[in-house]
Amino acid sequence: MIAGLGSLALFPATWAQFRVEVSGVGLTQLPIAIAAFRGDAQSPQKIAAIVQADLERSGQFRAVDASGNPLDESSRPDLTVWRQRAADSLLTGSVTRLADGRYDVRCRLWDVVRGQDLGGQSYVVPQSDLRLSAHRIADFVYEKLTGEKGVFSTRIAYVTKAGTRYNLWVADSDGEGAQSALASPEPIISPSWSPNGAQLAYVSFESRKPVIYAHDVASGKRRLLANFRGSNSAPAWSPDGNQLVATLSRDGGSQLYAIAAAGGEPRRLTQSASIDTEPAYSPDGRFIYFVSDRGGSPQIYRMGASGSNVERVTFTGSYNISPAISPDGRWLAYISRLGGAFKLHVMELGKGTAVAITDTNGDESPSFAPNSRLIVYGTQQQGREALLTTTLDGKIKARLTGSSGDIREPDWGPFQR
Amino acid sequence: MKRILSLTAIITLTVAIAACSSGVKLNDVPVENRAPVATAPGGTGDASGVTGRDVAPVLIGATDPSLAGPPGAARVIYFDYDSFVIKPEAQGTVEAHARFLSANKARKLVIEGSTDERGGREYNLALGQKRAEAVRRALGLLGATDAQVEAVSFGEEKPAATGADEDAFAKNRRAEFNYR
Repeated sequence: MIAGLGSLALFPATWAQFRVEVSGVGLTQLPIAIAAFRGDAQSPQKIAAIVQADLERSGQFRAVDASGNPLDESSRPDLTVWRQRAADSLLTGSVTRLADGRYDVRCRLWDVVRGQDLGGQSYVVPQSDLRLSAHRIADFVYEKLTGEKGVFSTRIAYVTKAGTRYNLWVADSDGEGAQSALASPEPIISPSWSPNGAQLAYVSFESRKPVIYAHDVASGKRRLLANFRGSNSAPAWSPDGNQLVATLSRDGGSQLYAIAAAGGEPRRLTQSASIDTEPAYSPDGRFIYFVSDRGGSPQIYRMGASGSNVERVTFTGSYNISPAISPDGRWLAYISRLGGAFKLHVMELGKGTAVAITDTNGDESPSFAPNSRLIVYGTQQQGREALLTTTLDGKIKARLTGSSGDIREPDWGPFQR
Repeated sequence: MKRILSLTAIITLTVAIAACSSGVKLNDVPVENRAPVATAPGGTGDASGVTGRDVAPVLIGATDPSLAGPPGAARVIYFDYDSFVIKPEAQGTVEAHARFLSANKARKLVIEGSTDERGGREYNLALGQKRAEAVRRALGLLGATDAQVEAVSFGEEKPAATGADEDAFAKNRRAEFNYR
């Protein structure tokens, strides 16, 4: 089922970028009417459509038919009309081009059931930030109606491969508005946001071996963080941003090392004769989850942040890799091989039971949204690599587009200040 | 005379490169060093007659003959699925490189391990590393020194063959010998 078909005629250009798939039953979604913003027709970005796609992608909202008389943030809408359409809330707004070329974007949110004005927002932005203003409005609505912070104005990093060109992109949380941070003729993998969202660490093969860079996104300045003998890969920042854990083979074999964010001599954390890789800190910084084949097959383990007290976390399946911990510390997402298929799984850490939440077979690289409510991951669709977001129960999925070629290696950035 | 000879060398090289670039799918060409290499320096060691007008041509993509390894020895060996064991048929190749390295202590070799595309990118990087390390250890046992050999991994990132069948997978589970 494709949600929100009602708005197709209104916003064809933008809407074509989004496909939100809803599956399963028993969903409790808040019905919201999002009226076309006054001025949307003239605006280079269709604000209402972006807000609606954001809210639907979250899985917490269902858009109801919002056609009718034009409304904006100063209208006093007849709420009985919206009650009849079974909307719990109504968003109105406008986008106006100012004399200096900037845009004034405004909105107002109504509680249709109680007949209350829930407040509004206004942003004056350059044209390049119109999408951002729409995402901020979606965040405002999300927080007002769910009580939790929205993630729509956060950013996602990912890698594309088109022919023999590799690009590292920084994009909006819906995959749109992508800006290239790095273009290279050699592969780029494993981008990892610093906790403050200013830097990306990643693995680049530009010097004919894998080495780790830390890259300041705003300035484009980058520095070699790990270029030791052998391979250098899988960087993961500590939650305080002071150090990274990475996989180095400088002493033979892939082992985990801690490296100060400022660079310097690595400190070895694991001492095994097997593969130890793909580290991921717990959000409190006390534990490091990682992948090891010390038991004969790749499984997820965790240890204290200094490398002590290793314990196994996954016990079912013979191939479990790519652990990601939700920022609230409750969930572990990882990839498990079932037969010949690689499937995204989610485990509730307190309980230890894991569920496969996709119907695709080539899932990779899960990464949690900063509010722990969504996961972005790579997969294979129609023979191409694509990025999808999913709710933790797997019921709401959306494909992120915005770049051509194969899209892979997503990492969801932190909340923006 | 020297000039003519070096010109001939350049033409030969150029023809060789042109031959390489035709009829062979790019993906089937083993990964090779693409660093720009200066070719055929005109008046090396003979200053007489140098007018300052010599031009030393640079051919991007040419293989520097000083980076050559043991003549006739293969530059790639293949592995079984999920295996790091050097197969009996690859033993001769490993021995030839080890002999070359122990006879040429100044030469340095990078072993580049690779996997097929199945599985996670980072885990495959570690698996490729394991293959490269296996070759490095074997070379060490046969007389190469630690300082001569570096083991690195490309994981699944630089396949020798594209395709999602066993034929392509088998070509990609490999270790390449690259003298630098």
